[in-house]
Amino acid sequence: MSEQPDSGAPLVEAPADTVAGEVVLRLTDVVKTFPGVRALDGVQLEVRAGEVHCLLGQNGAGKSTLIKVLAGVHRPDSGLVEWRGQPVSFANPQAAMRAGIATIYQELDLVADLSVAENAFLGHEPRRLGFVRRGQMARHTRQILGRLGHAEIPPGRMVRALPAAGKQVVSMARALSHEARLIIMDEPSAVLAHDEVENLFRIIRELTAQGIAVIYISHRLEEIREIGDRVTVLKDGRTTAANLPARDTPTRELVSRMTGRTIEYVFPDRPEGSALGEELLQVEGLTRAGEFADVSLTVRAGEIVGIAGLVGSGRSELMETIYGARRAESGTVRMAGRALRPGSVGAAVRAGLGMAPEERKSQALLLGEPIYRNVTLATFSRYARFGFIDAGREQAEADRIAESLEMRPRDVRRAVRTLSGGNQQKVVVGRWLLGGTKLLLLDEPTRGVDVGARAELYQVIRQLAAEGVGVLLVSSEVPEVLGLADRVLVMREGRVVRTAQAGELDENTVLDLVMAGSLMEGAPA
Amino acid sequence: MTDSPPATTQLPAQSPPVDPAETEAAGAHATPSHAAATGRLSWWHGDSGEGARRNLALVGVLVALFAIGAATRSDLYSNPDWVWANMLSILKLASVVGVVTVGMTFVIIGGGIDLSVGAIVALAGVWCTTVATQSFGAGGMIFTAIVVGVAVGLVNGTLIAYGRLVPFIATLAMLVAARGLAAEISDKQTQISQNSTINGIASTNLLGIPVLVYILAAVVIAGWVLLNRTTFGRRTVAVGGNPEAARLAGIDVKRHTLLLYALSGLCCGIAAIMLTAQATSAQAGMANLYELDAIAAVIIGGTLLSGGRGTIIGSLLGVIIFATITNLFAINGLSIEAQNMVKGGIIVAAVLIQQVQFGSLSLFFRRNRLTTS
Repeated sequence: MSEQPDSGAPLVEAPADTVAGEVVLRLTDVVKTFPGVRALDGVQLEVRAGEVHCLLGQNGAGKSTLIKVLAGVHRPDSGLVEWRGQPVSFANPQAAMRAGIATIYQELDLVADLSVAENAFLGHEPRRLGFVRRGQMARHTRQILGRLGHAEIPPGRMVRALPAAGKQVVSMARALSHEARLIIMDEPSAVLAHDEVENLFRIIRELTAQGIAVIYISHRLEEIREIGDRVTVLKDGRTTAANLPARDTPTRELVSRMTGRTIEYVFPDRPEGSALGEELLQVEGLTRAGEFADVSLTVRAGEIVGIAGLVGSGRSELMETIYGARRAESGTVRMAGRALRPGSVGAAVRAGLGMAPEERKSQALLLGEPIYRNVTLATFSRYARFGFIDAGREQAEADRIAESLEMRPRDVRRAVRTLSGGNQQKVVVGRWLLGGTKLLLLDEPTRGVDVGARAELYQVIRQLAAEGVGVLLVSSEVPEVLGLADRVLVMREGRVVRTAQAGELDENTVLDLVMAGSLMEGAPA
Repeated sequence: MTDSPPATTQLPAQSPPVDPAETEAAGAHATPSHAAATGRLSWWHGDSGEGARRNLALVGVLVALFAIGAATRSDLYSNPDWVWANMLSILKLASVVGVVTVGMTFVIIGGGIDLSVGAIVALAGVWCTTVATQSFGAGGMIFTAIVVGVAVGLVNGTLIAYGRLVPFIATLAMLVAARGLAAEISDKQTQISQNSTINGIASTNLLGIPVLVYILAAVVIAGWVLLNRTTFGRRTVAVGGNPEAARLAGIDVKRHTLLLYALSGLCCGIAAIMLTAQATSAQAGMANLYELDAIAAVIIGGTLLSGGRGTIIGSLLGVIIFATITNLFAINGLSIEAQNMVKGGIIVAAVLIQQVQFGSLSLFFRRNRLTTS
């Protein structure tokens, strides 16, 4: 590592000789835990001056936490962060900024009612005797905007009046006003139209040509191919692949590094030649514009149907629409032959549907409440007479569920907050076992669940099916869908592109189906 | 996740609230360590005992206030008869706001806020003392006050649940509008209550205890039962604690939100009768700033302003603490201004204690804490 002294303001720094310049940032075994969660569990990262380093990973892989560690919002529990050759630990975001690390968050942190120049120099305005030197600030802003190729943006314009792309330019102007040497961009293209993305890339190339390093986060593989130099992949808070060449790494490898399991899971055997019951759930032509279109599917009693698809393929939206949490624009959902009232969760629950939603903590649990109250959240009125709850019976029932699911801890009066992810998921699944649920919708049932608990959950799901419950399962992990489901639907861009028995598909086939189309455009696979 | 003492799992299923006297006594000589908690004590130290622990602290504050009173006016406090009479007058002082506070506690646990309670009390009070209403007798007056209270609460709830107005704004608008309507109805005059039954509510004692205190006790007990023993209470906690989870569990969140504001209006209607009886009259400016007193009492009582957790007993203790402070200043002949400053200080202290316990007041940090724990 070169111990080169500070070469002065980076704005006037000579362009790096090569793209692979000196290493400016190196992370070794960085760990960050929050109570109950290891958000970062050994991250390695190496960023060179003048490169665009892409970070890939699914939701929950730890990208956001990593950004916050670099931006000085969080401090790592252990591991080493070296910035320009020196071990550092930023006490706060201002310290990271002063050191030359600027972060452009997805939700741009601009003040809408201040001007472009005021936003660019927010917090470090040039001043004299306490008065802001507005002329100088406007001049500097104009210079920076010129460097970004956007001299046409007036420094005095209110940020509110700018389009999304313009706001992003202001964010970058702010980074440059801090003389940043590393700019972290969190999904910058998410808010941009197609031609604006081109412009963004042009700006990024100009920045890197000046020796500035960029950490670029995006879900869109084709963007990574176009702008990225190297890729680091995160999964479950760990670096699963570092410094892959962005242009030449096969899509399939990137995807499997993001989603692939590190451990072989044990799936329960499918019962042999079991006779499936009648059709429970019949979905016909279900459509919500921009989310999914013309989806038809059936689930029989005792059958596990899996939906494979990427985030954004419309699968979670589909589940919520079947469940009545969203209202379909067209199409019908029938349960045992009877049409469900659209947009009514209550009607769906009464008809025998239950759902374990994607975001356990924010969508399913009362974290401060005891386990038993969470288990009975959908059914507590059953233990009530004239509105008075028979708490003894309620707890006894919850206790029975806790026992049959082997929840730990077994004391159902403990707050759900204190449980591990797997046990929290058991609480959510157990909720629907009390109600005589006929059809269970499981959205990412094993997200954030550790390996041992996963196998248990798989057993629980298979056992439910054996008892005649129909299961509709969504998972980003293709092996999970293939291993658990009897029948598999593959979704891409809101449409079902393939339906088959699980045995007829393999992981590669599904990945090809899932990734085909726009994601592969221009990408050498 | 296996750190729970084995003793707890051998317990027969029982409802979490244990006889408070028993837990209190047991808590006094138990070590505060989790590991040492066994048997019934595990509840006290456990997750569900938190509200009870906090309420005991509020009782401690009351004891301290009593001690201050005894120290500053030892001449009065040496007379047991006076002490008893003084305690009753404190409870009487607390009764009207106390009833309003019960409704407010439900609204706040359910994730909302009701700024219009004082205005509803005034509107209900004025409406039930018009010449026309009084001609129907005490029953007609009580009926009118309660119907007006519930009706205004339903308007609040409809605007918030189905009109998707922010509770703060909807009830702020109602605060202004209801007092305006009250002034309109009363023609800005003070309306004298001629009904001796109504007026007697405030002046009658039963077994030596004022009727107003019985009403407060009845409302508090009803509120406690409703919150802790019924499906309504369970829904309130769910809707306030995690509305999305409640919705996805099949709970009709909007209807329940509507009912919460109606309940608050009901409490205001009851309070209107009590206040009218005390003053033997009603006017548009009555129950001034009750919303602040009620919200402050709820906060001091340990109910989270962001919803999802709180206790009726805590709110009651909050009201009584305020009334005791008022009383303390009165018997020492101190000014009402100094008293308000002390009250303000107590509110800040209560919130600071909450902050220490929960990381921060702001919802963002609370969410953050929850999602990462």
